[in-house]
Formats: sequence, structure tokens, C-alpha cells
Amino acid sequence: MAKPKVAFYWCASCGGCEEAVVDLNEDLLKVADAVDIVLWPVALDFKRKDVEALSDGEIAVSFINGAVRLEEQEEMVKLLRQKSGLVVAFGACAHLGGIPGLGNFWNRDAIFQRVYKEVPTVENPEGTLPQEKVAIDVGELTLPEFYDTVKTLAQTIPVDYYLPGCPPPPDLIMNAVNAILKGELPERGAVLAPEKSLCDTCPRAEKKPEKISIAEIKRPWEIKLDPEKCFLEQGIICLGPATRSGCGETCIKANMPCRGCFGPTREVEDQGAKGLSMMASILGLEEEEKMTEEEVKKLIDGIVDPAGTFYRFSLPASLLRRRRIE
Amino acid sequence: MRKITIDPITRLEGHGKIEIFLNDEGNCDRACLQIPELRGFEKFCEGRPAEEMPRITTMICGVCPTAHHMASTKALDDLWKVEPPPAAKKIRELMYNAFQAEDHILHFFFLGGPDFVVGPQAPAGERNILGVIAKVGLEAAGKVIEVRKRLRNVLRIIGGKPVMPTCGLPGGVSKQITEEERKQIIETGEYAVDFSKFALGLFDDIVLKNKDYVDLIVGDVYSHRTYYMGLVDENNKVNFYDGHIRVVDPGGKEFAKFRGQDYLEHIREHVEPWTYGKFSYLKNVGWKGFVDGEESGVFRVAPLARLNTADGMATPLAQQAYERMYETLGGKPVHSTLAFHWARLIEALYASERLLELARDPELTSPDIVNLPTEIPKEGVGVVEAPRGTLIHHYQTDDRGILTGVNLIVATQNNSAAINMSVEKAAKSLIKKGEVPDGILNMIEMAFRAYDPCHACATHSLPGRMPLEVNVYDSKGELVRKLKRD
Repeated sequence: MAKPKVAFYWCASCGGCEEAVVDLNEDLLKVADAVDIVLWPVALDFKRKDVEALSDGEIAVSFINGAVRLEEQEEMVKLLRQKSGLVVAFGACAHLGGIPGLGNFWNRDAIFQRVYKEVPTVENPEGTLPQEKVAIDVGELTLPEFYDTVKTLAQTIPVDYYLPGCPPPPDLIMNAVNAILKGELPERGAVLAPEKSLCDTCPRAEKKPEKISIAEIKRPWEIKLDPEKCFLEQGIICLGPATRSGCGETCIKANMPCRGCFGPTREVEDQGAKGLSMMASILGLEEEEKMTEEEVKKLIDGIVDPAGTFYRFSLPASLLRRRRIE
Repeated sequence: MRKITIDPITRLEGHGKIEIFLNDEGNCDRACLQIPELRGFEKFCEGRPAEEMPRITTMICGVCPTAHHMASTKALDDLWKVEPPPAAKKIRELMYNAFQAEDHILHFFFLGGPDFVVGPQAPAGERNILGVIAKVGLEAAGKVIEVRKRLRNVLRIIGGKPVMPTCGLPGGVSKQITEEERKQIIETGEYAVDFSKFALGLFDDIVLKNKDYVDLIVGDVYSHRTYYMGLVDENNKVNFYDGHIRVVDPGGKEFAKFRGQDYLEHIREHVEPWTYGKFSYLKNVGWKGFVDGEESGVFRVAPLARLNTADGMATPLAQQAYERMYETLGGKPVHSTLAFHWARLIEALYASERLLELARDPELTSPDIVNLPTEIPKEGVGVVEAPRGTLIHHYQTDDRGILTGVNLIVATQNNSAAINMSVEKAAKSLIKKGEVPDGILNMIEMAFRAYDPCHACATHSLPGRMPLEVNVYDSKGELVRKLKRD
């Protein structure tokens, strides 16, 4: 039997998802042996027309990481969709928009203005900006178009499965690969990770009190972080209750609170909204009756960056998608 | 007029694309390395709480997240004017050296090294990690995988995960090291020192004992007389984690030495309309275009630049290796771009030795790992030496520590003018009268790969090589020749 054809591709990403694949160590060799990798820009030769020459659906599965911000990324993922039986959004950026998705608080002009004109080191008296097409003295050069809005993969093409995380951990990658090879996949659209919240699997869960009430929000530098106590109990914002489990609680084990890179569980549509309502339900719970309006406001103001905190990894995938710029 | 495009396959995401223009005589007129990528961290980090930056800027690069994490954490120290306790500083520096060693070793064996270990003239199909394995043997190759695994485990112990560490706080780190973990780190340090010695021995046997290779290194095709920049400690020795930024001129004389906080007095960025990347230069010399020499503000960073900038290495074995390199290549400074590879291995040895020194210090396991900030934040600058050169994070905030201004000077951008010049020089030397010999592919690739540029950084750690394609078009735009290197 012919080995299934597999493609790896990247869009607006940082290379961390590629590192995660290499971190499979010995398992990477097993995967490479079981499949026929037809496209992996970092490791194998490839031309777009080689992909175009494949028949539709000939690639068994394409793993695509990164958000979509450039014209060329959009064209390429559309081509891969056409040629692939399955498309897996690999990592937080493809899944939810990820950190580059924070760009949706701004637009192209605001970003260009800051990067090429405003920052204190730039010397640009003529106000030069990168151009999609520019004639220099010896000929013409082109750059891909930079969009105003960062999109998730599923906002660009239909996606069959999602591998969450920044980056996805090795065990979940191997589980997904094995499930695909054996044809033992869950229903379409599933996130290939446990259906539990991070709080359920958190090593600090045992000591977590039944009821948490935050009397004052603390920022991670304001207190000495207790390595065993629930972060919320310490007054530190942690996205554990609004986030899917499966990461191995790596940040918690390094004594830092969750920032939500795995996205929400199945029943939650909007991770940020879930995070906000979770906080609202525990803020000042004990003293709720006695608090004045001013005290309530002060308590809530302790959340210094709600949008950037609760939507840290998921702004493009959220109901908000982006900030409106008039 | 003909145009040649070298597209290192990542054309769609954009980790660098080279365009070469030929004049009517068929000689190279100009070469441009374009960065067709931008994400805009300088803008979208505004409004975020500053303490989140070590966990946001790591996503600038998943290959060197630890460099951004550390520059950012140090910028927070400066922002809140808080000094970390000694144990926290040691934990940070230890983590940072584990990262440097891993990154450097990997670059040498997986990406840069095959040119030398297997040979620049070897068939293209052998010039890759598999060719390296064939040449050095399976046992040695196993060591490469093992050392990477162990060093990444140190990153996991301290920072949670090797891709996207999370432990940096203003005034310290989040997690204490246990005695058991320290023992494990000592073992890794010992292993890494042995491995780095082995790697330098390999370089000696295969490269330095071969006259053709040495001629290639010292030859003019790969040489640029530029300024150099790097961090040095109080004895002017190379330091990756902390110190003063020192700049030497093309003659090797100290040109400037300053604190990170004063970077605005010394560094400027130039913008070109044909790339999303920017070009750093020395403010007090000025931007004179893509040219080298005393009159041009172009400077270089990364391994060779650091060695040229410093007076030596702070650990004994690395110091010996340092002396040997300058003796062999005819004194300081060395301008040969290919010597970056040698310098990278010397630095890997230093990073391993320093890692071991720090791991052997019992203070590493102290529970005193953070000093809480008490000052009102306003402005902070953090500088480290990333594997690819000097990296600067600069934050401005309101009284609550919410970011109002962010400026990032990333390592590869400091080298990008020089990388353009190196590519152009190689193209000019090799392309004559429209003749584009097959060897040009690798020879040009070697010119920019020596810098280990970060726009190709997603490539640099993976098994395999960046495939290249050169298309030669005639004046009517017809494809007349296609060269491909697998």
C-alpha cells in the first residue's frame, strides 16, 4: 500500500511549531517512515507547481500552522485545501489567531506608522514605507500585500481538525498522527485534545478551595508567587477555568499563571467572554453585599488590560474579531 | 537587463528572498535580500501590562524565544528599577547559556556546518545533516541529538517549556531550582563541554587541516571591513547575558562603549521601500548605503562580531580556542564572514563552560529568587546577546506599568545591511558576462548562511537544508536557465 501523503505548511508564525515537530526527537523518524512527506518548506524542496500538479485530495493530510495575514498565505492555503483530504490547523495561531492576532487591535497603517516612522531609532525624513511594487534604479521589486486584519485558518478555508497550543506538545502531536494513520478520528471540527478545562488537570487543583473570592487583583510582580497555591486564590489572573487542558501544565509548573494558548473547551464559543465572566463571578464574592460602587469599580480596575489578557491568543477567533477603527 | 531570483522556498511566508540584477554586460549590478514579512509587535504590544512582555515577545521567534524572553525580562528590571537577587541572576544566566549552546551547536551541525564538514564542493545531495552523519559517524550524530535533548531539558526545568519559556519576572524568576535539578544540570553541563570540545576538534580535523577550506575562509569573496558590536563584561570579555555594549572600528580599535540604556545615542535604523525589514547603522558614523569601511555606519553582530569586539573569553578552554583562531587567521579583527562558523563553535564552548560553572554554584538553589518592585515604572531597556547578535528591548509605560511605547532592535536586523552586501559581493565575484555557474547557488547561500539569519531561523534547526532555486531571465523576461539545488 502506498504511504499516505502528508504536507506541513506555515503562514504568519514564528517557527516554534516547526521546533515542536523536531522536539518529537526519535518519534520524528517513525513519522517520517510511515508517511510520504510531499511538502515541508523548511526541510524539503518544493515548488508551488508541484503541489498544483497533484490531483485534488491526493494529499491525505495537511498540517498548517500560523495565522493568515498576507495575500500569498491565503493563496497557498486555498491550494492546499483543494489538494488535501484533511486539513489540520496546527498550533494557536492557525487555531485562534495567536499572538500575531493581537495585531487586530490596530490596522496596517497604524502598524506601518509605528514601525517605520515613529520608533525612536528610525531615521526616515522622507517617510519611506515598504511598497508592494517598487522600481529601484536597476529594476522592479515586489512584496506581498499586508492585510489590515489577521485571520485564523478556519476563517480562510474549511478546517477539519485543530491541534491547539503554543506550541502543541509532542504527545498530542503523536496522538493526532496515530489517529490519522489508523483512521480513528473523532467527528469533524474537533480539537484534538482532552475535553477538560485546565483547572481540572491543574496540579494545584487538590488544594484549591471550594469557593474562591478575590478581594484584590494582584499582578504577577506584586506578590511572591506561591508555588503550590491556586493562582486565582492568590488574586492572580489565570485563564485556567476558560482554557482547555492538554498542555501538560508547563507554565503552571514553572510557577506562572495560564494565558490561554489552548483556547476554550468545546462548549465555549468565546474564550475571552468566558474568562471575563469567570472573573466577574469570583471578584469580591465574599464582600459583595457590603461593597460600595466605588469599591467595586476599584476592584474591577485591577484588571488592567481585559481585552489583551482574556483574548491573548484568541482575538481573531472571537466574536469581537478585531477592534473597529474609524 | 536580466533578473535572477533566489527564493529559499519559504517564499510564501517570507523568510527572505534574494533578487539579483544583471547589467547589459551580464555582470551583477545589484543584489537585494528582501524580508517579505511583518507582524507589528512594536504597535500591538501598546496597552499591554509590561510584565506580560516576556510571554508575548517570545512569539517573535520560536527558534530563539529565550533571547526575547531574557531581553524582555531585563527590560522589566530596568523599568521598575529593581535588582534581582544573586540566585535569580544566576538562574537566568544559566538558562541563557544552555540556550546559546544548544542553538549554536545545532546551527553548526544542521545548517552551516555541512558546507565544511561534508565540503563546499561535495555533491549537493550530500551536503546536509545526513552527509554530516556519514562523515562523522553514527555515534557522533547520536551525540548531536543527545546534547540537544539534554540542553532543552534544562530550558524545560527552568522555564516550563523550551519553545516559549515563561519564568521571567521583574526583579527575578518565578521558580526555584531544586538540588536534584541542579545535579541534572551539572551533568548536562559536563556533557555539553565535552561535546563542544569534540565539535571544535572536528572543525580542526576537517576544516583547518585542509588548505582549500582555509583559503576559502580568508579569501576576499567573503570579506567585509565593517564595525563590530557586542556585549562585554567588566573585563571586556564576551558575555551573552549582561554587560556594556562595545563597538570596535574596522581596524579593531574601540569606537564606543555604552550602557544598553544609552542605545539611542548610538544606533539608528534605515528604511528601504523594497523590504519589510529595517537596516541598523551607527548613528555617529551615519548611513552611507550598502558599503563597508570606516566611513560607513554599517556594523556586524553575532559570533565573529562578539569575538572581534571583546578582548577574550571569560572561561579557560574557550579562551584557548579564541587565541588559536586569531593566531591562525592573522590577528584581530577578522573580517572573513565564513569565520562566523568557527567563532560560533568557540562560543558554544564558552556557553557550555559557563553553564557548568553556574550549575556548580550551590547558591543556584537558593529560595531567594525575586525582589518585588517598589518604584513607579516609566522606561526600561533590556539588552542581551542573542545567538544572532545584540538584541534590544525598550519599553515606556504609564505609572501603572501599561505600555505606551515599544521599540525592538532585533539581532538579524543589525546584520541585515551586511548580509545584503555579502550576498551582493558573492554574486559580483561569481557571475561574469552572464555566466551563472552551478556553484553559485551554494556559494551565495554560504554568504548569508554564515550569519545564521533569523528570517531563515525557522529553517536553521531542522534536519535538512534550505533548498534553493535560481531562475535566470533574459531581457524579455523569458526563462533561459533554471538551477536547482535539493
